Amino acid sequence: MPTVSVGRDRLFEALRRTYTQEEFEDLCFQFGIELDDVTTEKAIIRKEKHLEEEEPSDDEEVIYKIEVPANRYDLLCLEGLSQSLRIFAGLEPIPTYTVANISKESMLKMHVKPETSQIRPYVVCAVLRGVTFNEARYNSFIDLQDRLHQNICRRRTLVAIGTHDLDTIEGPFTYEALAPKDINFTPLKQTRNFSADELMEFYKKDLKLKKFLHIIEGSPVYPVIYDQKRTVLSLPPIINGAHSAITLKTKNVFIECTATDLTKANIVLNTMVTMFSMYCERKFEVEPVEVSYTDGRSYVSPDLSFYQMEVPVSYITKLIGVSLPAHESARLLNKMQLHAKHSISDKNEASFTISVPPTRSDILHPCDVAEDVAIAYGYNEIPKITFPSVKPQLLNKFSDLIREEIATVGYTEVLTWILCSSKEISTMLNREEDKTAVINGNPRSADFEVVRTTLMPGILKTVGHNKDHPKPIKIFEVGDVVLLDEKKDVGASNRRKLAALHCGSTSGFELIHGLVDRIMEVLGTPFVSPGDKTGYYIESSNEPEYLKGRQAHIIFKGEKIGTFGIVHPQVLHNFDIPDPCSFVEIDIEKFL
Amino acid sequence: MAEETVLGHLEHNQEIPDSGVFSQEKGINHDELVNVIKSLNGFGLVIAADIKREKWLLSDEAQSYVKYGSAEVLIFEAVPAEGTAKAKLQDIVKSKLPADLDDNTKSLIYDKGWAQAMKNKWIGLADSQVSQKVEHVEDRVKDLLIQIQNGEAVGAKDIDALKRRRLISLQIWKGYSVKKGPNYAPKRRKAVTDLVRDHLQRDEWKDIEFKEYNFLAKGQPTEGGCLHPLYKVKLQIQMIFLQMGFEEMPTNNYVESSFWNFDALFQPQQHPARDSHDTFFLKVPSTTNSLPEEYVERVKTVHESGGYGSRGYGYDWKREEANKNLLRTHTTAVSTRMLYALAQGPFTPKRYYSIDRVFRNEAVDRTHLAEFHQIEGLICDRGLSLGHLRGVLEDFFSRIGMSKLKFKPAYNPYTEPSMEIFSYHEGLKKWVEIGNSGMFRPEMLRPMGLPEDVQVIAWGLSLERPTMILYGIDNIRDLFGHKVDLSLTKRNPICRLGLN
Repeated sequence: MPTVSVGRDRLFEALRRTYTQEEFEDLCFQFGIELDDVTTEKAIIRKEKHLEEEEPSDDEEVIYKIEVPANRYDLLCLEGLSQSLRIFAGLEPIPTYTVANISKESMLKMHVKPETSQIRPYVVCAVLRGVTFNEARYNSFIDLQDRLHQNICRRRTLVAIGTHDLDTIEGPFTYEALAPKDINFTPLKQTRNFSADELMEFYKKDLKLKKFLHIIEGSPVYPVIYDQKRTVLSLPPIINGAHSAITLKTKNVFIECTATDLTKANIVLNTMVTMFSMYCERKFEVEPVEVSYTDGRSYVSPDLSFYQMEVPVSYITKLIGVSLPAHESARLLNKMQLHAKHSISDKNEASFTISVPPTRSDILHPCDVAEDVAIAYGYNEIPKITFPSVKPQLLNKFSDLIREEIATVGYTEVLTWILCSSKEISTMLNREEDKTAVINGNPRSADFEVVRTTLMPGILKTVGHNKDHPKPIKIFEVGDVVLLDEKKDVGASNRRKLAALHCGSTSGFELIHGLVDRIMEVLGTPFVSPGDKTGYYIESSNEPEYLKGRQAHIIFKGEKIGTFGIVHPQVLHNFDIPDPCSFVEIDIEKFL
Repeated sequence: MAEETVLGHLEHNQEIPDSGVFSQEKGINHDELVNVIKSLNGFGLVIAADIKREKWLLSDEAQSYVKYGSAEVLIFEAVPAEGTAKAKLQDIVKSKLPADLDDNTKSLIYDKGWAQAMKNKWIGLADSQVSQKVEHVEDRVKDLLIQIQNGEAVGAKDIDALKRRRLISLQIWKGYSVKKGPNYAPKRRKAVTDLVRDHLQRDEWKDIEFKEYNFLAKGQPTEGGCLHPLYKVKLQIQMIFLQMGFEEMPTNNYVESSFWNFDALFQPQQHPARDSHDTFFLKVPSTTNSLPEEYVERVKTVHESGGYGSRGYGYDWKREEANKNLLRTHTTAVSTRMLYALAQGPFTPKRYYSIDRVFRNEAVDRTHLAEFHQIEGLICDRGLSLGHLRGVLEDFFSRIGMSKLKFKPAYNPYTEPSMEIFSYHEGLKKWVEIGNSGMFRPEMLRPMGLPEDVQVIAWGLSLERPTMILYGIDNIRDLFGHKVDLSLTKRNPICRLGLN
């Protein structure tokens, strides 16, 4: 996106008020431009020269670098930017640009020679009369040409702008294409005469101009504009003549735009003249020039007429999703520099006739009009309309993510039964009777007496029945246990647990410890010193189902969330397991 | 053996008062016993207290004196009563000494005995004649040495004299007294680091003792593979799209023609994005083989002179530009193909998404790569509005943890209206741009053949940007590409996007 640098104080003066940076940023955001950087002239120079950063002194002028949309050429200078914002703020009506009403006879003329079709076939021209420049306006005038050249002109390939002091030249003018050696003139900023082919060589050393040479280099003819006295106005798209250079004192400006794309040439010319006609004696009035071709074609430029577009009122409101009365839409359109005339169409449909000013070449289709209504209404004020959609069960999706992580470090998932016998959750685990368990009233067999309170028996039974499986056996399960819970209507509630086991020629205690660390890592939990409540740590424990000296609690945010250890040999014996095992069980709901 | 003897003794006795005595009683080498006591003491099975004793040790010379008598006595006795020539005395002495002594020892005894007997004035030398000077001598040195050997007390003066003659030297003896320690057991348990199968099979597990375990250190790192963080995020975002009712578009086609990448999107041929500065154009294959001709004609017309209510761009549209092949600069090229295909049949509403690779001819820096992943979502239906776009964006972004959004007007050649999406970043305390959105232009949709009242709302963002925000990564090269640190990928936690 193009960036425009403007002096903050000049901008605020033009906006007739000052803003805090935040207020100005908000205004930009609403309007669709962006305050990209706040700097000073000196800081820009320092940066270009790669000098050290210095403290800015108060007397330096603050520069706002503002990003503007790539299709809004009218925002590429302070004049257009501030005018658009003033109109947006309702401070000013949309200007009416007029072409001076002068007779064809007294109109300046540009004759186009047929050879130009070989290299750069189009030209459009205009005159600004009675311009008052000062240093700031003059710089802005030059900068706008640069920015247009850089953007819409595609580095002068599509369009090149030449501006001249009309009082130093005399019409009618001719736009010709001649052999390079036949073109001779003193170019801008030089003091001697060059032939065009000599000039091309000369500019190969010029950092700024060398990148434009390719546009005409190698062509048998170069485009050139002469006045009546054969004074060279310019060698487009490379350089203007020194003779007609504009200065601060220039009053009457002749503008020519040569091009390979006539539509863009007109946009460029319109942008130049609409922006700077505000400094003319007759504000917003531009003097036309007649361009005629040898084949008889001719036109008068610039064309500052308003483009008319029919837009149904309902099209706008449907597209933005806000039902606005027609007069409100019209008011919003005015803020965006679009005139809207309400009418009833032939199909008995309420419609706007939109008048698009010459500054708004970006308006191509009614959708562009609708967007402007939406911007003026405020994007962030448009009510949201939601679509039906579904949300996942957090606990289950979270369990799935953990399951994948445990499988990727080499543990195989098992899926065991919720129901078990009461001794499997008590005596067989060296524990007392489990008073937290839900008890089945009518078990068909002892295997279904209770609802498990731990994943341990299911996992141990799996090992007991897989004695012939090659060692080590590394298995895990993520599943629910049920505990009595007075807070629940039914008196019991599920808890999501994770358990894993290692069984081999050694118990693999350190491996299970390592798995605990890995689980904590994938849950984004840091390992901390005992007592620290920001992560997890391990604390020696004394639980009957594990061997003394090789068991520990996992403490997360100060709370015990699980235990791991070497399964007690008596417990192994109870489950008919001949090999040592280490086991871990964690409550994962604490990590939600 | 020694360990069991010590532990066994203490099972029935208070203590072992003296390890020296104990070693003699039990016939155990004292050094071996000392090692066992030290080890048991270290594990707290016994408590050992030091015992220190001094003891005089006889030299080899002194031991021969104990056996044969002191050298001076042997000399004295060898001197005949009548005396003898000094020159002959050595031979006489040697002949009288026991035959089992070698000649060197005999010479030594002679030298020492001569000097001592002379000093004692037991014998005298006159005119080379040696004679006894006293009647009778007592072998006190031998008696003292025997007393010392037997551990009997000897006067300090005598000890001093013997020490000076280097017949005795002091030795310090160390031993222990031993009592039961806090961890006393009649049989020591094995200290192990882990329970092993043997412990279970031999029923030894009751006797084992674990070495101290350091729970302040981490366990043994797990082994196994890890998925790439970016694709973990991708998977979650895919899940979000599915929950919102979107189906995935096929995006496995990196090579695209300018037509589908730009022209069909109403992107003018002079648009800066179509510069070689921004797009990779292909040398091989340089152009597309075919395009849908009727559609191309409609696209050309809408660019040149508009239609469907549009003014068009008013320029000469060139087929050669459209034919140029490139690496797709956005997945919207795929969306365009999908919408075109959709328009060929009777209209059905669709919700599409894709997450895949796109390419930009950009200088690589902290925030830009020449290739990255684009996330794109679109809804194609009748009667869609900006309100719907806001609604779907709020839904989508709140699911990836960005619930505070605001929208800025923006320009994009193929969407109108266009909205840039900003999200408030709680960490950075500012609004950051996270993506772009808009409604596809009629100049894009109508030439495809989609009905007039059909709108498409769409949005796009990079996969990398939200991932970098999520994981606090500020250099894109640390996240994606061959310079990524593998340990970062391994440490990366699960991606919880879509779970809030």
